[in-house]
Amino acid sequence: MKKYWIHISLGVLLLSVIPLASQTNGNSAPQAVDAKKQASKASAQAPDGNQVFLQNCARCHTVPETFSPRIAGTVIRHMRVRAGLSAQDEKALLRFLNP
Amino acid sequence: MLSSFPNRQIDWPLRRICTVLLSMSAVCICPGVRAQNTPFFSGGVGFFTDTNGGNTKYSPSIAPVFTAPIGQHLLIESRATAIEVFSPKGDGQGYGHFHFVGPAFAQADYVVNSHITAVGGYFLTPFGTYNERLTPFWISPLADSPLIYGIGTMGSGSGLGGMLRGSAISTPRFSMNYAAYLSSGSTNFRFGSSRSTGGQLNAYFPNAQLEIGASYGRLLETTQTNSIGTHVWWTPTSIPLKIRSEYAHGPHSQGYWVESDYRLSQFNGENSLIGRLEPIFRIQQTFRNSPSSSDGLPAVDAQRVDFGLDYHLPHEVRINTSYARSFASTGDVNIWETALIYRFLFPAWRGK
Repeated sequence: MKKYWIHISLGVLLLSVIPLASQTNGNSAPQAVDAKKQASKASAQAPDGNQVFLQNCARCHTVPETFSPRIAGTVIRHMRVRAGLSAQDEKALLRFLNP
Repeated sequence: MLSSFPNRQIDWPLRRICTVLLSMSAVCICPGVRAQNTPFFSGGVGFFTDTNGGNTKYSPSIAPVFTAPIGQHLLIESRATAIEVFSPKGDGQGYGHFHFVGPAFAQADYVVNSHITAVGGYFLTPFGTYNERLTPFWISPLADSPLIYGIGTMGSGSGLGGMLRGSAISTPRFSMNYAAYLSSGSTNFRFGSSRSTGGQLNAYFPNAQLEIGASYGRLLETTQTNSIGTHVWWTPTSIPLKIRSEYAHGPHSQGYWVESDYRLSQFNGENSLIGRLEPIFRIQQTFRNSPSSSDGLPAVDAQRVDFGLDYHLPHEVRINTSYARSFASTGDVNIWETALIYRFLFPAWRGK
């Protein structure tokens, strides 16, 4: 019985990866082009605030529905400590949250 | 207008007052950085039910977080939890209840430079990922902590002392964070901690959206023991899928958990009827190497699977439901859990 449940669990885990596989396969060509462009620009450009948000903040929690710009600086300093943001990422995030 | 006044007609105190007023009005008119640094309250309010082996517990809870910056380098942060648990007394004698109010952390963070932040006070033990990132119930998709939560978190999950942390390396292709702490022992009921030291190192690869990390903790009490852990998180930004996993090895036990959640926002957007759903799945196993009453893990080898389904309502309200089946030689158990959670975030006072 125990093994039966473990097998079901592993099956569900594998199934959860299927949407991801279909998503990445469908867009593989355009992503490859974009990746090259991004790589060439990356060194010259400052980090993108949206990307910083998705990669660091949204890794753990969803985006708050409403967000007062008055607390943007405090939130970012909090995230700098919690998520270990670099100084560059902190500035990019501040621009993104409070343009 | 003030500049048109001849200087000799404005005496010294009046000129000073005018200068101050002009400066203040400039701060009010311009959207300056000062206005963005208003302290805030955040956190969650929740009502939880937990039916474990036929016994149902009810527990309303509130966990407020207060965050306030002071100057350009200092940040004060604290999170407390107040919970009331109503559980059956047994033998059909109705329900009893107990409550707990205590801090999870109350710390001061001083940003020394772009790579170092010094933390002092009562802080969450940086071991694994669950303790620092997923213990807030308005963040975690499942109500129960993983079975291996007790490994490396030094009992209370918090330390009392100091910590250095920050970003060691940050490039567009790779970043590395670190944390190292030293905690003193405290038997205080609300600020409990163990004398311990440890740290964590996380590597993140933005192109793959992959995070790999390792943790170490050493208990420095009468018995000195080591705990090690590692974690792998894959959180692609292109689709709303998250896969998290963690392994930990303590002096008396070891175990792992793997969790995936997938928000169905690709079906007509995240605000659609279906898009608000988030199925969650977690599998975990623990292995008992030697008896211990203090590490918080099951007394015998155990496996558990969790199937969750969360629904994200508007206005930061969430309904969590989950079913879990726990397997152990002492008996298999069904666990049903529900939660109604409200997450809040607002400035501590009105700013300009």
